[in-house]
Amino acid sequence: MQDTVVEVRGLTKRYGPVLAVDSIDFTVARGSTTALLGGNGAGKTTTLAMLLGLLLPTSGSITIFGEDMLRHRQRVLPRMNFSSPYVDLPGRLTVREILVVYGHLYGLADTRARIASLAADLFIAEFLDRQTRTLSAGQKTRIALAKALLNRPDLLLLDEPTASLDPDTGDWVRGYLRDYRRGTGATILLASHNMTEVERLCDRVMILRAGRIVEEGSPSGLIEKFGRATLEEVFLDISRDRTGVETSRIRLAQ
Amino acid sequence: MTLTPDSAGPAPVMLAAAPQNFSLRRVWAMVLRYIYLLRSSWPRMLELAYWPIVQMILWGFITQFFATNSSWVMQASGVLLGAMLLWDVLFRAQLGVSLSFMEEMWSRQLGYLFATPLRPIEHVFALLTLSFLRTLIGVIPASLLAIVFYKYSIFTLGLPLVVFFANLMVMGWAIGLFVSGVVLRFGLGAESMAWFLIFALAPFSGVYYPVSTLPAWLHPVAWALPSSYVFEGMRAVMFQGVFRADLLAAAAALNLLYIALGVGAFLLAFRIARQRGLLLEINE
Repeated sequence: MQDTVVEVRGLTKRYGPVLAVDSIDFTVARGSTTALLGGNGAGKTTTLAMLLGLLLPTSGSITIFGEDMLRHRQRVLPRMNFSSPYVDLPGRLTVREILVVYGHLYGLADTRARIASLAADLFIAEFLDRQTRTLSAGQKTRIALAKALLNRPDLLLLDEPTASLDPDTGDWVRGYLRDYRRGTGATILLASHNMTEVERLCDRVMILRAGRIVEEGSPSGLIEKFGRATLEEVFLDISRDRTGVETSRIRLAQ
Repeated sequence: MTLTPDSAGPAPVMLAAAPQNFSLRRVWAMVLRYIYLLRSSWPRMLELAYWPIVQMILWGFITQFFATNSSWVMQASGVLLGAMLLWDVLFRAQLGVSLSFMEEMWSRQLGYLFATPLRPIEHVFALLTLSFLRTLIGVIPASLLAIVFYKYSIFTLGLPLVVFFANLMVMGWAIGLFVSGVVLRFGLGAESMAWFLIFALAPFSGVYYPVSTLPAWLHPVAWALPSSYVFEGMRAVMFQGVFRADLLAAAAALNLLYIALGVGAFLLAFRIARQRGLLLEINE
């Protein structure tokens, strides 16, 4: 059985003069929860988008489940799913309609049963037949999570999974993701700048800055290495350049 | 305790005038906002001058034609209604593709859709299917009401109607895919193209008058459009009672070319969107 689910080599994304992701290498082990941690514009979302094939890299390779993602993404995508607060669900469709559509797109054998099961797990049964535009932010997050779990993904990519949620809902989402991983052996890769979330949920962290991975390790290992009390303090040390790593965004034109 | 200026913190922002019930300055601020918005989108600027010009050209040709052929409509009752209904097939087919695609952009859905195994070409086929359904829903009630209100049935065209419908449909698809590609590439600021591009073709398609009405230098433009052959073919059926297979063959050949270009333009725009990150960052 393959232990590495994601393997990234020399991954680079350049937008004109701006290097958004600068030749990063990393692997993600099966069954792990790994975080891409970084400030705004560090390259987290860009990296996730390239892993999904939504964005073409300038150079480098991405291998997921042993497949070259740039050439065979259609073979891999049925085993993946994705959630982001920056992508909306269509407001005029009911929750059920949305899930039915995505059930077809992922080729589910029994979409109706899967929706019923998720509705029970995520407590969304009461608003399955409501249009998503009438739902609260917390409810919408649960719907996005239902969409993301619809095909029981072996690899789940999450962009800021608890952004704009109140602490209670955020904690519930983290708990659910932890249970999902334990129950299915799935691999989770999430992008976040919520240190508490990463500390609680992840067994490995990669800290990005200016498109580069500047530190990686377990949350506790990084805290110990930097002699700090929390991951947030570690992050601030790194982002305030107390490590000697270049902070400004790299501009090729300069 | 009395606060000195230093201990009171930063100096308050000075206001030019006391608050008023109605402020021309606030009105100006909003005008400025809309000017900035307009200025940021070249299609919107273009659109301002566009509609009056297209209307002027279309009605100019119609006036010119009827000034010398006033009995023309009498020879084939319903020729204008038939033309209008067929023109609407082209219009609805185009809108059916571009509006359906723009729905995904309005609801910022592309990131989720293309994170599934959905292929762009599958999306294209879905858009074409929906366009067909939307066109039927749009055109059939109008065609039936024309029978009730004006005793004119477009169905009297018989089998050629199917051919005319199919050709206009495919031409509408080609334009719709091109428009969708442009909107994907340039963002929702270009969405008005969905309406104005198709109407640019109306004066040159000979919808309400024969292509011969156009000045000679515009004939090559007209004969480069499948719609011109369709409307000439429609008039041949209505005036002479003949079905012109030559016109059909020319329209079908041009449509093959245009649909290939339309699909190509959409797929190219999709690739550019993947290179530039537009699938996740679509906004106005």
